[in-house]
Amino acid sequence: MAVLLLDKVSRWFGNVVAVNDVTMSIGPGVTGLLGPNGAGKSTLIHMMGGFLPPSAGSVTLDGEVVWRNEQIYRRIGLVPEREAMYDVVTGWEFVLANARLHRLDDPEAAARRALETVEMTDAQGRDISTYSKGMKQRVKMATALVHDPPVLLLDEPFNGMDPRQRLHLMTLLQRMAEQGRTVLFSSHILEEVEQIAGSIEVMVSGRHAASGGFREIRQLMTERPHQYTIRSDDDRRLASAIIAEPSTSGVQLMAAHGTEGFAARGAPSTGSRDGSSALHVQAVDFSAFVRVLPELASRHGIRLYEVTPADESLESVFAYLVAR
Amino acid sequence: MNATVARLTARSLLGRRRAYLLMALPGVLIVLCVLVRLLAGEDNDITVGILGGFALSTLVPLLGLIAGTGSIGPEIDDGSIVYLLSKPLSRHSIAGTKAAVAASVVTVFAAVPVLVAGLVLAGTSNGLAAGYFLGALVAGLAYATLFLLLAVVTRHAVVIGLIYALIWESLVGSYVPGAQALSIQQWSLALSAKVVGAKAQALGVTSAVSLGAAVPLLVVLAVGSTWYAGHRLRSLRLTSDE
Repeated sequence: MAVLLLDKVSRWFGNVVAVNDVTMSIGPGVTGLLGPNGAGKSTLIHMMGGFLPPSAGSVTLDGEVVWRNEQIYRRIGLVPEREAMYDVVTGWEFVLANARLHRLDDPEAAARRALETVEMTDAQGRDISTYSKGMKQRVKMATALVHDPPVLLLDEPFNGMDPRQRLHLMTLLQRMAEQGRTVLFSSHILEEVEQIAGSIEVMVSGRHAASGGFREIRQLMTERPHQYTIRSDDDRRLASAIIAEPSTSGVQLMAAHGTEGFAARGAPSTGSRDGSSALHVQAVDFSAFVRVLPELASRHGIRLYEVTPADESLESVFAYLVAR
Repeated sequence: MNATVARLTARSLLGRRRAYLLMALPGVLIVLCVLVRLLAGEDNDITVGILGGFALSTLVPLLGLIAGTGSIGPEIDDGSIVYLLSKPLSRHSIAGTKAAVAASVVTVFAAVPVLVAGLVLAGTSNGLAAGYFLGALVAGLAYATLFLLLAVVTRHAVVIGLIYALIWESLVGSYVPGAQALSIQQWSLALSAKVVGAKAQALGVTSAVSLGAAVPLLVVLAVGSTWYAGHRLRSLRLTSDE
């Protein structure tokens, strides 16, 4: 049982805080480190892999400090994000060299086993420089597995993979987890993470935003207040109807700038008849709200011109989790 | 020392077209010496001029720079050093092995060609060939280890190395006597002069540094650089591109 423990870990580079007071514990099974680009996922993985000292706090593996501890690599397998390898050698030679660097008793057998695990035995005789991205990823994986480590750290392993390679790696990671290993990988795509990760740690702007199983995370993301911008032929009346619904928590009437007095009555392009231009609606239960809105409009005889969900980007979803 | 680290280092140092690059300069030196010998015959002044003025002052530092920085710099730049560092290996053994590989490369591609050039130019007379060979050997070792350390410490190792070798040692050193005291070239010339012996002064094989100072300085530099490179590797930070 290998447990990586991050205790109040922060990391800053000059004035920039990349990781801010993160405490998490990563145990056996697949854990997905989820967050938008620049959230500090790579910095976190570098600290877990002993390639960056935390500015504050500590990173330990089963109680042993990771930074400046070469012996820790007997128990950690690392799959770096960057693609560069010693590419003047063949896949076989490279994995074998990694086995030798670990001073394994039978490096040949270990290299063979690792290459079989990632299904790279057919191409193992070719120079790494001739490999496709997916093949390189698999060789990287083989070098990380060659010493049979209880902990696997993968930095954005699915980047640039085609669906078939993705599926293959997912199956592989799941198998690793079933063998009792602690597998952690980073990604900025929720779908990727929820397919295989038993638990998810969400990072946003350097902070640990959420933690839990994918259902909880998914729920957090879909049940957050949703915002809509609505334009209709009678915004004020629509607003009063909307706020009566339990699925909403706020409505704001936006004034039409500089169009009062000149607006042609009922003309959709210049706003509704009361002089407002749009409604901002905050929905707490978005599925109920989208169901009730058309009924509401038809019951009151209001014509809807436009319903737009505001800020649906992944960043804003994550940002909500942080502000919570 | 670690055989696998040595093999990987040698392959990336000599792999692809790099080996040709390493052979170009010594090739030029030897061709030049053959021509000089054919046209001018045996001439001590010319021998000292070529071996001291080109071989020891330009060829050896340049090859030391290529071998020293090339044995670790590209790996740090492209991040592949992570495959060495994510292993339960002593960082000092990684640095020591790489220094040994770099030193061997300089010996083969700089010191040995200097010996050949010396023999072509002067035969075995006056010990000039042997003297410059020894000078090139220790200088190559010192440059290789110093520039290896530089490549661990900074990403601008090649530029700084060039400035040191070409501007400090050659240019500043020739005008400012004090600068010569801090010059690998001068330290190794002290050894060359010692091998050439009593006639060294008359032949023009002179050093600004005494032998008693040069030897400890060279040893401290080579051992110290390698040790410190290993020390810095212990806390080498790897950051991704983002």
